[in-house]
Amino acid sequence: MSSDKLTLKQRFDRWMIKHGRVLVIGIPYFWLFLFFLVPFLIVLKISFSMAEYAQPPYSALFAWIDEGVTITLNFGNYLFLLSDSLYATAYLNSIRIAAISTVITLLIGYPMAYGIARARGSMRSVLLMLVILPFWTSFLIRVYAWIGILDREGLINAFLLWTGIISEPLIMRQTEFAVYVGIVYTYLPFMILPLYSTLEKMDISLIEAALDLGCKPWQAFVKVTLPLSLPGILAGSLLVFIPAVGEFVIPELLGGPNTLMIGRTLWNEFFANRDWPIASAVAIAMLVFLVVPIMWFQHIQTKQEEGQQ
Amino acid sequence: MLVPEAVLDRAHEDVHKTQPWNNPDAVPYIRFENVTKKFGDFYAVDDVSLDIYRHELFALLGGSGCGKTTLLRMLAGFEEPTSGKIYIDGVDMDGVPAYERPTNMMFQSYALFPHMSVEQNVAFGLVQDGVSRSEIRELVAEMLGLVQMSKFAKRKPHQLSGGQRQRVALARSLIKRPKVLLLDEPLGALDKKLREQTQFELVNIQEKVGTTFVMVTHDQEEAMTMASRIAVMNEGVINQIGTPFELYEYPNSRYTANFLGQVNLIEGVLVDDDEKYAVIKSDEAGCEIYIDHAVQGHEGMTFWAAIRPERLRLTKEAPEDTKYNCVSGKVEEIGYLGGISTYHVRLASGKRIKVTEPNSTRQIEPRYTWEDSVWVSWEAGAASVLNQ
Amino acid sequence: MSGKRSTFLISALAFGFAFLYVPILLVIIYSFNEGKLVTVWSGFSTKWYVSLFNNDGMIDAAWNSLRIGVMSATLALALGTPAGLVMSRFGRFKGRTLFSGMIAAPLVMPEVITGLSLLLLFVTLEQIVGWPAGRGISTITIAHSTFCAAYVAVVVQSRLSGMDISVEEAAMDLGAKPGKIFFVITLPMILPALLAGWLLSFTLSLDDLVIASFVAGPGSTTLPMKVFSSVRLGVSPEINALATLIILAVSILIVIASIMILRSERMRNRTANASDI
Ligand SMILES: Nc1ncnc2c1ncn2[C@@H]1O[C@H](COP(=O)(O)OP(=O)(O)OP(=O)(O)O)[C@@H](O)[C@H]1O
Ligand SMILES: [Mg+2]
Repeated sequence: MSSDKLTLKQRFDRWMIKHGRVLVIGIPYFWLFLFFLVPFLIVLKISFSMAEYAQPPYSALFAWIDEGVTITLNFGNYLFLLSDSLYATAYLNSIRIAAISTVITLLIGYPMAYGIARARGSMRSVLLMLVILPFWTSFLIRVYAWIGILDREGLINAFLLWTGIISEPLIMRQTEFAVYVGIVYTYLPFMILPLYSTLEKMDISLIEAALDLGCKPWQAFVKVTLPLSLPGILAGSLLVFIPAVGEFVIPELLGGPNTLMIGRTLWNEFFANRDWPIASAVAIAMLVFLVVPIMWFQHIQTKQEEGQQ
Repeated sequence: MLVPEAVLDRAHEDVHKTQPWNNPDAVPYIRFENVTKKFGDFYAVDDVSLDIYRHELFALLGGSGCGKTTLLRMLAGFEEPTSGKIYIDGVDMDGVPAYERPTNMMFQSYALFPHMSVEQNVAFGLVQDGVSRSEIRELVAEMLGLVQMSKFAKRKPHQLSGGQRQRVALARSLIKRPKVLLLDEPLGALDKKLREQTQFELVNIQEKVGTTFVMVTHDQEEAMTMASRIAVMNEGVINQIGTPFELYEYPNSRYTANFLGQVNLIEGVLVDDDEKYAVIKSDEAGCEIYIDHAVQGHEGMTFWAAIRPERLRLTKEAPEDTKYNCVSGKVEEIGYLGGISTYHVRLASGKRIKVTEPNSTRQIEPRYTWEDSVWVSWEAGAASVLNQ
Repeated sequence: MSGKRSTFLISALAFGFAFLYVPILLVIIYSFNEGKLVTVWSGFSTKWYVSLFNNDGMIDAAWNSLRIGVMSATLALALGTPAGLVMSRFGRFKGRTLFSGMIAAPLVMPEVITGLSLLLLFVTLEQIVGWPAGRGISTITIAHSTFCAAYVAVVVQSRLSGMDISVEEAAMDLGAKPGKIFFVITLPMILPALLAGWLLSFTLSLDDLVIASFVAGPGSTTLPMKVFSSVRLGVSPEINALATLIILAVSILIVIASIMILRSERMRNRTANASDI
């Protein structure tokens, strides 16, 4: 068939078959490249520039001098991050707070997931729906709910004062304790769901076999159930830990001025101090010391899982 | 091939029609030419050449992972050969995408479209070709009649039983009247009884529509019941191609002999090689094996005599001539299967020989019992001689 | 199961659900409180709902959020579906590792970093090519659809890899070309996943404070931004009223959705059983 006899539709079809694949890959590729990858390069660039009172508030990295490009790399921002202990503290604090919250979430979430997995059919779907429901309501509002409870003039204090157990209101909001409560509260569903799905898939006859072979119930739990639910524990913990580390809203609304977390620090550098280069340097540091290790860990994890199959 | 001339000599005009593979002038309908498929460094199919003729029901038989599905998928166009060529009806299939090939496939998992009714599933191929609606209706009704599924036309796949799904899948793959129908373990998901029944139905349908069928299976009985010819595959290589008769009676290797039916393999050394006969001395069996035809090889070479259990004779007394083809031992195990009995006889050397005997008359008590001393003997023509 | 253990599980469940729901219930209850203080119940009233509906700033912000949510979710679906398809069906191609990295990374990226980096991109783009001129609803939409697309891609990918690929091969075998296969076979089969992806994106977009705060401009305040700025100053009964409305809307939608899913499952079971007989 000669090509000039083809109808427009046929030509389009042939063109699509030839280039369709490239197109389907290309469009999301280009989008993610432009709006996800390129921004990091810009952040990297700006982290090497100096703050200025200008619009935008940073110095140019490239300068035209004598018809050649000179790049002035300014390591000052990074040196500043190192010299001021605030940043290291905030970074370590974030990891500590996220880790402790993850453990608490696991302790509360595991029995719940276990209970749901062992519940009867219709009851199980209702319980599961009750776990998922808060996820669809606003995150901000769930954090907000605790302000009214933990505040100096909040419900807990009002209740305790009323009963006479205490005479002075307890300081609960604006403490690290409040941050733990907030994180555990908002991320509990993320822990329960993966735990539930591994526990639900687990064959109950495995536990029966362990009991049959002479294990006491708690031994059966420790030796059979717990190891088998390890993938769920890991998945749930990551789902809580990762967003908790970079959390801004919870420490801002529930934590005190001393509850430093790295996300909050970045926010403050940017919005309060309007120091874009420092904010960029913090972002790059977070990327290198937080996101890259997490992604690397996940990568190893999936590889191992593939290897086991 | 170790098929004696006599078998091939029977090829005359008539045979050329029903057995085109014995006709040197016949043009193959499907041709694999040195086809190799590599996944990474792994050879899934290794230098396979294969001719399949029109109207055949050709079976690819082999153990799990030997490359049957891969071979079929290359024919359908889902995989590209790493090297080699595939022709269908004389046309080179290189670069022809699956949707333009004159083949249709019946998938192992049936792969019915879950969101479409039985009718829509069957009609799908015709819709793609832009066939008119009235014609589609007619053809679908006819095809559903053929597979006896007219009653279920409006159902969705999840409302059907396994056997019914299988019929829909068959109807769907046949409706475009493909030049070649590919079937990947078509009966794999069915239970034994339904499977046997369906085997015959499938053969009947094939005869009715006259399409060339290429079928993958790992069930040797199924292959032998249904196929005109069988290719036995092992680790990406075709070991032997032939009719069920040829493969069973004249296997070319221990692998094929073992794969189709049961066999006793007796290892020995060629001691006497003549134009008319050969003698193999076996230490394993403790006897000399007389073969009634010549063997390709020299004296001192190792061979295996392959003897089917039903070709062995079991007697309590020694046969008249105990010079050749005769060993003695003790009955070690007995399996009573009703129509036949199987006996495991342990020879003095420790080797076990399996014998099956038909229970053609009704006995008061079993003929042999454990620890009976027995003689096992066979005809000179019973053994095939294998060198690999 | 021993009685002791099930008592423990039941109390764990009771405690857990109390922990999850008591704060929400308190928010709802106090939205009907007459007075401004949370601690004191001074009588039933719906006045905070009235004042909420008269708060133009709040209504505008809600309207902005809804528009951004619908646009971002739709755009995220349009970008994430092909991305998921590519990941599960396209095999190897040049740059696949980078591609899968760009899909996985947004899920673990702290919001502050995503927000900051996108803002810097927009500022730089504006300097170089003059687009986007200023920031507003469009920049928020771009930001949201980018990270939501990653979620959609993951949802679609996991649905596709759980799906028997031979169904699509069967369509190709019967003469359908790749584009057609996608629209006639794949799309209908992954429709529930697409719906879930859209809803997830919509919720994420509606919920996002941090990224929006970075890339928003004047006049594009979203609801979370508005809520945040007022909540920062402490408890406000108007926010309680708003929270109650949101919780009500979400609960109704979820209950309807679950009933529909349950019913369709039941129908499916019934018809499946009928065919066995
Ligand atoms: N896409 C693939 N990538 C890598 N290896 C593959 C792929 N498909 C098949 N193989 C390998 O090629 C070999 C042959 O596979 P094939 O599916 O053809 O086997 P088969 O003979 O059909 O086996 P079975 O009877 O179990 O279906 C197997 O070892 C398999 O692991
Ligand atoms: Mg196979």
